[in-house]
Amino acid sequence: MTRIFLFILLLAAALPARAQDPFLSALPGLGGGFGAQAEAVERLGALGDPRAIPLLRALGDGRLLRRADGTLLVRDGATLTEAATGTTAEAGTPEPARININNRVRVALRGALGRLQLVSPDPAERLTAAEGVLRSRSAENVPLLEAALARETVPRIRSRMELALGASRLVATDPDAKRAGIATLGASASPEARSVLLEARAQNPDLLPEIEAAVAAIDRRLAIRRGVETVFQGLSLGSVLLLAALGLAITFGVMGVINMAHGEFVMLGAYTTFVVQEICRGIPWLLPWSLPLSIPAAFLVTALAGGAMERGLIRHLYGRPLETLLLTFGVGMMIQQAVRLGFGAQNREVLSPSWMQGTILLPMDIPLTQNRLWILLFSLVVLGLVVLAIRFTRFGLEMRAVTQRRAIASSMGIRTGRVDALTFAFGSGIAGIAGVALSQIDNVSPNLGTGYIIDSFLVVVFGGVGSLAGTLVGAMGLGLVNKLLEPWAGAVLAKVFVLVAAMIFIQRRPRGLFAQKGRAAEA
Amino acid sequence: MTHDFRLSRRAALLGAGAALAAPAIRPSLAQAAPIRVGVLHSLSGTMAISETALRDTVLMMIEWQNARGGILGRRLEPVVVDPASNWPLFAEKARELLQVSRVDVTFGCWTSVSRKSVLPVFEELNGLLFYPVQYEGEEESRNIFYTGAAPNQQAIPAVEYLMSADGGGARRIALLGTDYVYPRTTNRILRAFLNSKGIADADIMEEYTPFGHSDWQGIVSRVKRFAGEGKKTAIVSTINGDANVPFYRELGNQGIRAEDIPSVAFSVGEEELAGIDTRPLVGHLAAWNYFMSVQSPANTEFLNLWRAYIRNPRRVTNDPMEATLVGFRMWAQAVAQAGTTGVDAVRTAMYGQKVDAPSGFTLEMHRNHHLSKPVMIGEVQADGQFNIVWRTPGPIVAENWSPFIPENANRRRG
Amino acid sequence: MSVTALRAPAPSRLRLGLRAVLVAAVLVLAAFPLLNTLPEAHPLHVSDFLVSVTGKWICYAILALSLDLAWGYAGILSLGHGAFFALGGYAMGMHLMRLIGPRGVYGHPVLPDFMVFLGYRELPWYWLGFDNFAFAMLMVLAVPGLLAFLLGWLCFRSRITGVYLSIITQAMTYALMLAFFRNDMGFGGNNGFTDFKELLGMPLNTSFARGALFYASLISLVGCYLLCRWIAGTKYGRVLTAIRDAENRVRFLGYSVTQHKLFAFVLSAMMAGWAGALYVPQVGIINPGEFSPGNSIEAVVWVAVGGRGTLVGAILGAFSVNGLKTWLTSAAPDLWLFVLGGLFVLVTLFLPRGLIGLFQGRAK
Repeated sequence: MTRIFLFILLLAAALPARAQDPFLSALPGLGGGFGAQAEAVERLGALGDPRAIPLLRALGDGRLLRRADGTLLVRDGATLTEAATGTTAEAGTPEPARININNRVRVALRGALGRLQLVSPDPAERLTAAEGVLRSRSAENVPLLEAALARETVPRIRSRMELALGASRLVATDPDAKRAGIATLGASASPEARSVLLEARAQNPDLLPEIEAAVAAIDRRLAIRRGVETVFQGLSLGSVLLLAALGLAITFGVMGVINMAHGEFVMLGAYTTFVVQEICRGIPWLLPWSLPLSIPAAFLVTALAGGAMERGLIRHLYGRPLETLLLTFGVGMMIQQAVRLGFGAQNREVLSPSWMQGTILLPMDIPLTQNRLWILLFSLVVLGLVVLAIRFTRFGLEMRAVTQRRAIASSMGIRTGRVDALTFAFGSGIAGIAGVALSQIDNVSPNLGTGYIIDSFLVVVFGGVGSLAGTLVGAMGLGLVNKLLEPWAGAVLAKVFVLVAAMIFIQRRPRGLFAQKGRAAEA
Repeated sequence: MTHDFRLSRRAALLGAGAALAAPAIRPSLAQAAPIRVGVLHSLSGTMAISETALRDTVLMMIEWQNARGGILGRRLEPVVVDPASNWPLFAEKARELLQVSRVDVTFGCWTSVSRKSVLPVFEELNGLLFYPVQYEGEEESRNIFYTGAAPNQQAIPAVEYLMSADGGGARRIALLGTDYVYPRTTNRILRAFLNSKGIADADIMEEYTPFGHSDWQGIVSRVKRFAGEGKKTAIVSTINGDANVPFYRELGNQGIRAEDIPSVAFSVGEEELAGIDTRPLVGHLAAWNYFMSVQSPANTEFLNLWRAYIRNPRRVTNDPMEATLVGFRMWAQAVAQAGTTGVDAVRTAMYGQKVDAPSGFTLEMHRNHHLSKPVMIGEVQADGQFNIVWRTPGPIVAENWSPFIPENANRRRG
Repeated sequence: MSVTALRAPAPSRLRLGLRAVLVAAVLVLAAFPLLNTLPEAHPLHVSDFLVSVTGKWICYAILALSLDLAWGYAGILSLGHGAFFALGGYAMGMHLMRLIGPRGVYGHPVLPDFMVFLGYRELPWYWLGFDNFAFAMLMVLAVPGLLAFLLGWLCFRSRITGVYLSIITQAMTYALMLAFFRNDMGFGGNNGFTDFKELLGMPLNTSFARGALFYASLISLVGCYLLCRWIAGTKYGRVLTAIRDAENRVRFLGYSVTQHKLFAFVLSAMMAGWAGALYVPQVGIINPGEFSPGNSIEAVVWVAVGGRGTLVGAILGAFSVNGLKTWLTSAAPDLWLFVLGGLFVLVTLFLPRGLIGLFQGRAK
């Protein structure tokens, strides 16, 4: 009882102080229009008052509420607290409205939170803080950054803070500080630094030579970086092609079946990923693992579908390769429409696990997007496993035997029909796995497969039918050439050039890059 | 049937908010010949992804209207065909609808090319088509009513917003689009507009990609570079349909946040976002004439009606669906007013027709066959909805012949 | 594999019967535009829709025929025949666009509408001459022919056959599709050409024009069929089928395989182009979607469904598959892909000689 009384007393004592407390006087602005909000955020950031941190975060996350009388509340899960005092509060009626923000407020928030969190104990927060300060450069940040730098030990955060310091010094008045700022920025390979320097040109005509030199230095590094980026992008596109084509390299390359439903198997794999994810939603601790779980699931689903198709339909058409084209075209149409009716024509959302989001930075700030990097590694692992399976397992041996000399393999006691079915199921399963990967970068829609089928065939033919090494080199080669051409030809023409180049190349080497030698190739 | 009852109750609720001149008496519907409504939306092929929802909207509205007694005492009967995202097939199906099925009105088309493909058929046979999608303008057929936005009802206000203090004050614009007429024309209009606002050609980047483009790595890093020239940069996206998911994923993965380079899209709505994890995209913008998050009685009824019809409480609505609904209601009013389904009479009755739209405004059909529409700009939120950050005070009249295309001066007036 | 098809023609009684059926079919088709002029209430009245849709099918039949010449007789499975069809269509489309003249929306005396609002100042050089009908018709044949010559010469010379050739032709049509989608190409991008007004002085949106185009198509179909039959019967035709069945043997016998195949391929491409040219004014639009690989595969499916290597089969296939498609896309808009896909599966499994095999089988 006394406690409550004391509290009320304290509250009463605080009331007169309200007018003077700049923190409290800045608060109402947070509930105003976007312009007022941005201004209030900037004021709170400039105050350096740690009480502002949870408020600003709440505003950014949409957890800041406003009562009809204008007072503010912070929502944290189920609990509500008064923004001004930090005490727990009731919602009351009418229900407090959520405060919406826009980009302008978000920009201000980032700068303000950056300033407030530069000395946060959490390194991730310090890094975002440094980024925020870098982008909202202001001369007032210089002492803050100097103090933060003195304590900072993590190299990556240090380098960001140094950049931010350089940028902040550049807007200061002291010419020496400016020169130091230019030097710091010029030593980086950051496009933001370049942007800051270019912006500063107009205000500092006397420093123009230094600025130009610094920009030129950054440009040199950026050119290298662009080169590495392009190669990575090319390899990444290549890895997508590789995944899409790998299943085809088995069903078409090894077995000679023109499977026009290959793209639909890829699509089935992507939908399996979606289904597995939806099942995992019911079991929260499993959700982060839904993507890895999808890999065997997709393999199984599409392998079964492929096996069934081989046994039920394709088996009757061996020796008539071109007719399998028509049959599988029909099957593909039906699978596509079945999925469209079953799942709806709309895209399905497949989440990316957090470890596949964002970018990692190599030295010189070369960014590699995580999902692309994972897919690149994944494609190589899948290729490796396929090679191992064909080279070193009993199934692989039988498969090679059957494709090379069916009659002799049969007379040696190999059940060729079973091997055919397994081989086709294997190739289809790989297509399903490709679908899992593609669900991370493309639409999960009934049309998913259609976009990859032609490229896949071209990769297999270009690389050399029946050669997995050829498929690898073919996919990576086409991906790289495409990305190298893209900057000056545009995305469409680059693709057209690649197609034409591949066509002409096949004229020169009709059996592809890695042609199979001997009579087997003639069959 | 309980379903019917529920529907009619909802319909009555919706009717309370609407200015629909429905017949006061409920005649026995079986007597008169039904009014046939053609539905010409692709149900297979690449466009099925967008168009199936519009087919469902039309069917929903027909059910709704029938529950209210049809029109002129006649029941409405849908005639659904599948033009399969194949443009010549669109023309064939249009002719079939008009000559074989003898429909009184058709709701259909999404892409401009499908509309251009059926336009001569509708003009030759004097049919009536309602086209519900935002498009590039530069057209005005007396047999088509355009219920989507013209460029001045979407693109220009959006770019003005980007350049304003609230939108971040962009002074450098990357125009990214799919290579077809709508983006090309829109970007041509925007370039002229930007030039008139003092933005030089050096500060405008323009790039086009094929349909369904899925590899955005190169373009997104070029945009990043373009943004590194010391001026606030924004992206204006006219990227179509399927290509948006990989585009936004790439934006997210390359760490382009809306605070750094905001993007505003003209073809991305709630349906498209339903296929993406929107958390990394919070703050990116879209400009439309309707968002599902609009607070209005008509919209609440629309959402309830839709979810009851589709039997899925999580299905979203979007701008072309609203445009379909508005077109349908206007047509129903015009038929009731004209007292016939005859095309010429309905056309005359259409002019000046008003509907309280789910967007919260009263929309009017003008003699240029386009609607006046409000413009809204929404920011993507983590739940896949849009937070409306700006809207025009009232509906804007369509300029389907853009003043920013100089050749419109010597246009032949039909 | 196709030894049966190679065999000498079936007994003459069947041939006579077949001939009678064919002549009757052509006569029935020929009566369509005339029956169209009857009053609507008349039991024999044929609707505008049926006339226009049949006209379209006839064009598809010519395409199927051309594909059958290449695939059924020369063993060249082209998955890119849609490209030749579309190129012919584009050549015709350019002529029709030029004929619009100042009647376009913007009233420009020379430039088509899409060029006006994309900001073109003058006509690109490759559009010159297309205002002349004879020149345009020459291009309808020459452009697909040249492309086929170039591709065929490169491929046949390096002995690219079978599946490899199929994939290359597919890549060709895909590359062309991407290229034509680009607005910078000057072919109207995705919207292609529409809003045609007239051809040879007759306004296109009249029954008369539809009838005239219908007859032009029908005559072309009959002409192409007779041409193909004649070729198949000559010594050249026999060598062609021999190449199809044992290319190396024919080569070792001293024949120039490259020349034989090249001639058939180029002729086939020109026929496909001609079909495209007849198709465009009837459907009123040409756009890069016609280049899409799916369309070419579909044309192959028509031939396979009807019966490969029989000419009549190709025509039958084109009519039956497209007829079914037209009917089902209205009658069962959600399920038609199942029916059509199922049909392809069943035909390949149980009717290896196609629908025409049904009749041949009975004769045995």
